[in-house]
Amino acid sequence: MDETLMDQPLLQVRDLAKNYGARIGCASVSFDLFPGEVMGIVGESGSGKSTLLNCMAGHVSPDAGKVLFSTRADGLVDTVTMAEAERRMLARTDWAFVHQHARDGLRMNVSAGGNIGERLMAVGARHYGDIRDQATDWLSRVEIQGNRIDDRPSAFSGGMQQRLQIARNLVTQPRLVFMDEPTGGLDVSVQARLLDLLRGLVREFGLSAIIVTHDLAVVRLLADRLMVMKDGHVVESGLTDQVLDDPQHAYTQLLVSSVLQV
Amino acid sequence: MSDYNFAYLDEQTKRMIRRAILKGLAIPGYQVPFASREMPMPYGWGTGGVQVSAATLTPEDTLKVIDQGADDTTNAVSIRKFFENTAGIVTTEETTKASVIQTRHRIPETDLNEDQILVYQVPIPEPLRFLEPRETETRKMHSLQEYGLMHVKLYEDISQHGAIATSYAYPVKVAGRYVMDPSPIPKFDNPKLTMAAIQLFGAGREQRIYALPPYTEVVSLDFDDYPFEASKAAHTCDLCGAEHSYLDEVILDDEGNRMFVCSDTDFCAKRQSAGHKGRLAGEVA
Ligand SMILES: Nc1ncnc2c1ncn2[C@@H]1O[C@H](COP(=O)(O)OP(=O)(O)O)[C@@H](O)[C@H]1O
Ligand SMILES: [Mg+2]
Repeated sequence: MDETLMDQPLLQVRDLAKNYGARIGCASVSFDLFPGEVMGIVGESGSGKSTLLNCMAGHVSPDAGKVLFSTRADGLVDTVTMAEAERRMLARTDWAFVHQHARDGLRMNVSAGGNIGERLMAVGARHYGDIRDQATDWLSRVEIQGNRIDDRPSAFSGGMQQRLQIARNLVTQPRLVFMDEPTGGLDVSVQARLLDLLRGLVREFGLSAIIVTHDLAVVRLLADRLMVMKDGHVVESGLTDQVLDDPQHAYTQLLVSSVLQV
Repeated sequence: MSDYNFAYLDEQTKRMIRRAILKGLAIPGYQVPFASREMPMPYGWGTGGVQVSAATLTPEDTLKVIDQGADDTTNAVSIRKFFENTAGIVTTEETTKASVIQTRHRIPETDLNEDQILVYQVPIPEPLRFLEPRETETRKMHSLQEYGLMHVKLYEDISQHGAIATSYAYPVKVAGRYVMDPSPIPKFDNPKLTMAAIQLFGAGREQRIYALPPYTEVVSLDFDDYPFEASKAAHTCDLCGAEHSYLDEVILDDEGNRMFVCSDTDFCAKRQSAGHKGRLAGEVA
């Protein structure tokens, strides 16, 4: 990437808001994400984390606000108002989305190789051998044996499915990765391995990512910065260590202390 | 004749179907929804093709109906009878004499001309259905030209079988725009899809009509290192000796003897009467 671009935010979120009828999903959220940065969004269940993430990723259309993304071609573009065709193109090229449940992010009736190859083919890859080589390479990066390339995800364990979902998303080297509870629903030992893997990938590729989780251990390990959400509002934000070690907001103090008791 | 309107359907319905056909011709390969009517035959019998033919036929037309290339199967005979009874039109088994040809599973071997219309019976019009069952999503994928999924299907084919095993209903891209299911014709017929005649596709149960105007560019999807091949059985016709026609395999007895014959019965009969002979010519009735 152009050196001068490193100083510019990759993503600028401005006053993003979404209500479900009278219920608040998320309310006037603003922040910047810089290239190579990992932002964690924490808060208890129902605090609006997924709503915020889905508004940013274009899965849910917000009631108000802007999501400005620094595109390769046209600079900063508001992805909320951009044409659907362009937004979907962005979603399969420069963006990636890792779902909590692997089955939401994988094609369960397609082999592991086909799952990884889909994004390549979506952007025009037409050489079977090359696609297969890249799929093999990415399987090894996410610690799945190469001889599982023709197996369907339904034959994989939960942890393997999640690693496959990550490979499928990262194969086109997206510039921004959205993750919603990527370790949720997995056994604790499996979570630890996935976290290690994610940390390795974040470092190796200098990934820019936004990770939603209710698990403070996840952000402690992965996130440079944190936003703490409560009832749809961001109540505190800052560097991860600062927020976790010296929480200012009463709600954050509660969150942190409840984790310490575990 | 007096019991029915010409070709069974009422004029208003035919107008509605003709509008869908014209729209289909204007946007080659695009699936146009239409209000499919109950026809006096079950869905598997080509009600989509029959409705398209009914809306296309005029009293001056000569109709040919083929099923898997043959004019004499139950399906072909009953559709031909249906139009003889409801439209009182002339029918034929000769490809060159027909102005409208309704077909299931084949394109005639004889090149069609600009005065002919080929009507296909289509069971499943949506080529993306295999991997994406949601109709709302496939419609969006067509409108945004998101066709990567078609290659995922071909990828899966190669990874499982070592080659693209899809041999029928082989997906094509039409005029550089829409991906289309050519109906379950053998992929051997795909290169013929660019032709002089008008081609109309009717899916009755799924209520879709699509079309190819004459000389439309139709490209079979493939990979650079696994190019499309219009393959057929590596034999010649045992009756007429044809080398480049699509062949059916026929089991002759319990001892494993078999023969290969043209699936296009009119083409084969014409060659035989012109004196061409295959390996078993004269031996088999
Ligand atoms: N599709 C929806 N319809 C109505 N309410 C919703 C919907 N999705 C989320 N909500 C509500 O919005 C609030 C935030 O939910 P969510 O964003 O899922 O929180 P989190 O991801 O932090 O658990 C909750 O009160 C939730 O019940
Ligand atoms: Mg959530």
